[in-house]
Parts: sequence; C-alpha cells; structure tokens
Amino acid sequence: MAGLGMRGIKRRIKSVNSTKQITKAMELVSSAKLRKARERLDKTRPYFNTIGKTVQEIISSTRGIQHEFLKTREVKKTAYIVITGDGGLCGGYNTNVIKNAIFHMEEKERVSVIAIGQKGRDFFRKRGYDLDGEFIHISENPSFTDAQNIGKLAIELYRQELVDEVYLVYTEFLSTINQKPKTMKLLPIEATAEEVVEVKRNDDEEFMSYEPSPEAVLSFLVPKYIESMIYGALIESATSLQGARRVAMESATDNASEMIDDLQLQYNRARQATITQEIAEIVGGAEALK
Amino acid sequence: MASKFHLEIVTPDRVFYDGEVEMAVVRTSEGDLGILDEHISMVSPLKIGKIKIKKDGSFKEAAIAGGFVKVVQGSTTIIADAAEWPEEIDVQRAKEAKERAEKRLVAGREAYDTLRAEIALKKATNRIEVVESRRK
Repeated sequence: MAGLGMRGIKRRIKSVNSTKQITKAMELVSSAKLRKARERLDKTRPYFNTIGKTVQEIISSTRGIQHEFLKTREVKKTAYIVITGDGGLCGGYNTNVIKNAIFHMEEKERVSVIAIGQKGRDFFRKRGYDLDGEFIHISENPSFTDAQNIGKLAIELYRQELVDEVYLVYTEFLSTINQKPKTMKLLPIEATAEEVVEVKRNDDEEFMSYEPSPEAVLSFLVPKYIESMIYGALIESATSLQGARRVAMESATDNASEMIDDLQLQYNRARQATITQEIAEIVGGAEALK
Repeated sequence: MASKFHLEIVTPDRVFYDGEVEMAVVRTSEGDLGILDEHISMVSPLKIGKIKIKKDGSFKEAAIAGGFVKVVQGSTTIIADAAEWPEEIDVQRAKEAKERAEKRLVAGREAYDTLRAEIALKKATNRIEVVESRRK
C-alpha cells in the first residue's frame, strides 16, 4: 500500500478508468458486429453444409473415376490456408489457429502457406515460411469474391503440382464463448467416413447419372466446392473473431473494474490515514500548549 | 394433380427456395431440363439462365447465375452462385452492368478479363430477360 501517495493512487485510478472505457467500447462494438456476423453465418451455413454434403455424396459414388482432384499423389509439399484476424485484442483467437496449423505441419521446407489476415501473415513471414499468397484486411467482412480468389490460387498451385495437398485451417464458431480451431483437407478430395456409410445406402437404391459426363461435372464442381468451403470457413472465422474479441474485452472490462475498486479502497485508506495523523498532530500540539 | 417433390435452392447468402413443387425447369450446360417427381438421380452443371418452378398449377420464374443441380430420389437440390425473383432484380443496375460489360468486351485485352466480362454480360442480360418476360 505504501509507495504510492494519494496523488499517485488517484492517477492510477484515472488511467485504469480510461482503459476500461476503451475496452468497454470495444466490447460493445464487437457485440454489435458479432450479432451481424451471426446473422450472416446462419444464412450461409445451409449453403456451406449442402454443398459439402452434395460433393461428398458425389465423390463417394464415383469410385473408379479418374480425376486430377481425386487422385492422391506422393506428398512433397503441402499448402495450408490459414485464416486469422487482422488485429489483436481478441484473446487467444489468432494464437489458437496458428498453433493448430503448426501442430499439423511437417518440416518447414515441405510446407507452403496461404495466409489470410495480418496476424497469420506476420507470424509465418517472420519465421521464414514459404508464403504463396496473402490476403489481408478481408477477415472481418469476407466476400464471396475473396473466397473465389483464394480458391483459384489454391487450385492453380495444385494443378501445377507445386503443392500436392491443400489444407484449410480456420476457427469454427460453436458459441460466443466457445470457438474451436479446425484443420480440414481440401485437396485431393476424400470421402469422410460418415459419408461412406450413407452412400452404401444409396448404392442399393440406384445409380447416379452425370450430365454430360462425370469428369465434366467434377471439373466444374470441385472448384465450386473449394470456393464454398473457403467462403464458409471465412465466415465462421469472422464470427469467431468477434466472439473471441467480445469475451476478451468483457473480461478486460471486468478486470479493470476490479482494479479500480481495489485502488479506490487503497485511496480511501490512505486518505483516512492522513486525516488520523493530522488529528493526532493537532491534539498533540494542543496538549503541548497546556 | 401431379405428384410433388421437394426442391431446395441455396445460394451463398440465403436459402432461396425450400418447398414442395410439381415441376422445375432448369437450364443445364446441355440444354433445358424438366424435372418431375421420380426423376432419375443425376448431377449436372447449370448455365446462367432462368428456372421455372411449377407449384399448384402455376409457373414462377427466377434468374439463376450459374451453379449445379442434384437430383436424388424425391428431392432436388440446386446450388447457385446467386438467385433472384423478378421483383428483386434491379433493372437499372442490370442495364448498367450490361453496358459496362459490353464496353469491356469491345476494349478486351486479356483473356481473363474477356471471360469475366462475358459472364457479367450473360448475368445482366439474363436478369433483364427474366424481368421482361414477367411483364408480358
């Protein structure tokens, strides 16, 4: 308690208070943005799910069809599309995504990164990763065109055999207080286990026909699938970012309030101590005059 | 009364249509395709064009900007880049887009730009057509 005079304590209260005002404002802003982002997420999720399911169904029922997007090659280089935010002040949001990506990656030499968001780009650039593309300032409000550009880049890299696998790392929005980083394989496309079961059922029923040909349908469908998956991931991540920021700012505001309370108590004690001392001095002085 | 099947049209920003219909006519890359109940399972890409939906005996039209259609017994799913009812289309904007695309085509430099302008032109023309065919 000692060390800080009354004036010092007062100054600290003032400074903590102004920080609190900022975090409070940021909390309100991100709540509003979160609400908007969630609305958008609710609108896009059906599309995201439908296209994912459809493509999975088609892929699983096209066994035996040769296509460049379905064939697994020997993996020499893997591309990671990592979606992070442009700014900080959002708790562990960026760190969690990056950690998830790093955990999945093998040696640095065999990895190439397509970074989305300033935080991710800076991280991978500083550590000397191979950056094949960067898209910044789109994380907060991603458009379908952004997703198309990212998708085109990924497909181009894959086609030219510069990379042999493409993964997408993003943050899934579960709830305001719960976001989970996720890694998903984009290329080559694989049927996931749960879909295989479903397809078995379909096989009994009938055979799927493709107009004009399975190859043509896949050539058209796969880029679309990739773009949609990226778009969906961008939206999920944007919503998660707002959620994470809101929670971080809320606890920052709470901490600031707590700190102010403590400091106020200290201040009052210090003030009381001075008054007591003054009275003691006066009494002592009066006593001496007697 | 014709038997009905389930039709779902989804675009990146909304579920455009979700309901029971009698017939749907879509424009695939191979030509117009009419879908009735009990259609064979199939998948096909869609061109920029219109879709006709028949429900309770009357047709409704909408503009679709590319995508694909998937038919699996008793249910049809259309995944489109964009879809609009005629009343939602901003004709003025479509006309402007059309002009812009035409100009670009005349100026045409790189192959990629030309392709983009062509797609934009098709989308704009399609929107205008859908609105006009409703007026008639």
